[in-house]
Amino acid sequence: MIEIFAVLGVPLAGALLLAVIGEREEAPIANVVVCGATLAAAAALTVRVISSGPLLVADKLFFVDPFNVFLVALTAFVGFTTSIFSHPYMRIEHAHGRVTAGRLRLYHSMYQLFNFTMLLALLTNNMGILWVALEGATLATVLLVSLYRTPESLEAAWKYFILCGVGIAQALFGTILLYFAAERILGAEGGALLWTELNAVKGQLEPTVLSLAFVFLLVGYGTKVGLVPLHNWLPDAHAEGPTPVSAVLSGLLLNVALYAVVRCKVLVEGSLHTSFAKELMMGFGLVSVVVAAFLLSRQKDIKRMFAYSSIEHMGIITFAFGIGGAIANFAALLHMTVHSLTKSAIFFAVGHAAQKTGTQAMDGIRGLITISPLIGWGLVLGSLAILGMPPFGVFASEFLILTTAMREQPWATPFLLLALGVAFAAVFSKVQPMVFGETSARRLPARPAMAPVFVHLALVLLLGLWIPPVLAEWYRQAARLIG
Amino acid sequence: MAAIPLWAQLINLLAALLLLLAFAMLAQRRVLTLVDLFAAQGFALACSTAIVAFATHQPHLYWSAALTLALKVGLLPWLLLRMIRQLDVQWDVEGLINIPMTMLIGIVLVVFAFNLAYPIAQLANTVTRATLGIAMASVMLSFLMMITRRKAIPQVIGFLSMENGLLFAATSATYGMPMVVELGIALDVLVGVLILGVFFFQIREQFDSLDLKHLEKLKETEE
Repeated sequence: MIEIFAVLGVPLAGALLLAVIGEREEAPIANVVVCGATLAAAAALTVRVISSGPLLVADKLFFVDPFNVFLVALTAFVGFTTSIFSHPYMRIEHAHGRVTAGRLRLYHSMYQLFNFTMLLALLTNNMGILWVALEGATLATVLLVSLYRTPESLEAAWKYFILCGVGIAQALFGTILLYFAAERILGAEGGALLWTELNAVKGQLEPTVLSLAFVFLLVGYGTKVGLVPLHNWLPDAHAEGPTPVSAVLSGLLLNVALYAVVRCKVLVEGSLHTSFAKELMMGFGLVSVVVAAFLLSRQKDIKRMFAYSSIEHMGIITFAFGIGGAIANFAALLHMTVHSLTKSAIFFAVGHAAQKTGTQAMDGIRGLITISPLIGWGLVLGSLAILGMPPFGVFASEFLILTTAMREQPWATPFLLLALGVAFAAVFSKVQPMVFGETSARRLPARPAMAPVFVHLALVLLLGLWIPPVLAEWYRQAARLIG
Repeated sequence: MAAIPLWAQLINLLAALLLLLAFAMLAQRRVLTLVDLFAAQGFALACSTAIVAFATHQPHLYWSAALTLALKVGLLPWLLLRMIRQLDVQWDVEGLINIPMTMLIGIVLVVFAFNLAYPIAQLANTVTRATLGIAMASVMLSFLMMITRRKAIPQVIGFLSMENGLLFAATSATYGMPMVVELGIALDVLVGVLILGVFFFQIREQFDSLDLKHLEKLKETEE
């Protein structure tokens, strides 16, 4: 119990602290320390859950089961490494005059608040609080996307706010419908929004209401996941915001939103006994994979391109959860982990590459390996990993998803293979000239932090070669839970 | 057929009022009047919540009604008016909307909403179930309003009015969500409006106007 409060309390306290001292010289260090403490608390929570099983505390308001515990650990970990990356990155941005000290304060404080809302969304047992936390996550990041105050960043932030706001309003309606169905069985006092309670009675929930609720919930939270055709905000927000924000949006927020969808799917599936929810998720997932893959080749901005790659991967994961069953869910959870690690690593490398060359336009980025071998190799390896090259973890999860799809939904495999092929050609042909060739780079006023990139890639490599038994056991338990 | 009790009639009346106000907002070009209409909608929502609370003896709904009253009738309109005055956009008139066409689409949406709500309303055992369709219709009308507006503040008012419709759905179908959730929603809305306020000033500073036509640079076809 104490661990849960620590996981939530530390970032919240950090947000308050950094709201006061966020513009000082030592604020980035404080940011790292707070994230480190969050990670320590999350680790303690994880150990606790491994040793004593799922927790349900504070009047059933919070709960931890195998599904969310690994996401909590992942969120805290990537939050921590991103804060390490953000330290030199934001200092360079400050030195280049793109952000003022006051905006750095806003940045640091909102970064912690964003972490808090994501962890709250993961840990809460109450579907209403989950909604509130996800909306809070949008609110915390809106001002981060517009941090540079350029016309483009303002537009991106406005789009992000309005589209996600409308989307999340749909999700609220879905939540209301869910409550409406549950209240008839659990009563108004019986905690009719608590997921554990709902899960216990899911067989008795009214199917008509739940199917309508699921449509609203999927569209609502799906907007945040970036599923096509609700994805318009995503590339803009990723491209125009500061790179650490792109890294956490892509690596963490999308996961958390998808987590919300999956929690809802479990309930709906239990009530409906049809493949309605599955089909919807597979459909949305597949459309996202295909559309994003074809849009990849048309991108000129490097962060935009990798944002589309995130849409593609979220599509793959949604599709895999849609197939359902032990293996597909296992693969989806693994893919969530490796995508999150790889994509944030790529954004770290991309961020420094853009700083070195002074542009985000891919035509302007050339010869990274000659100016900075670390950044260049980071980008090459990250791109190979995200494209699903063996021996990286993405290969393992994509391979599992593909083989399961072949067995259970054979009609979908051609689309998946086509999309993966197109994505490979598009990304590889763009990354290659950026890394090799002539160069026009400048020296940076601070040493770039490349350690997080290689730590992430090493973990992804490890997951591709050997999944630790503890982790595999979690994935299996979570996969069973999701059904 | 049993007679409908007075309070249920009152709620139906307020529901009709809510829908009417949603249509009025859809047709209103002036920013200041929009804020008034939004406040009136909030008031209708607060009244209906209070009446449901009284009729069904649900004390927590009184809190919800008070919260709505404070936030939707008091604080938010005040904040919006202050922003409008500071940004000096009181006299902004939305020029580009085709009102008759929007109204027609609105009517289609209302029919659609009633059809969508019908099977659910059949299941509801609350006395106010008939209003679910209206709530859904006003959500959709606000959505339409957001799509048709080209200026920032009317879009935001549409967003807030959508939230009114959602809360009305919550009270009319389920007698309100648990208090902790309602508080959270209220907090999110309030913070959202404050952030938007900051945002308006940023947009204004950058473009000298709050017209969203400036915000159409980021497109997919940049070839």
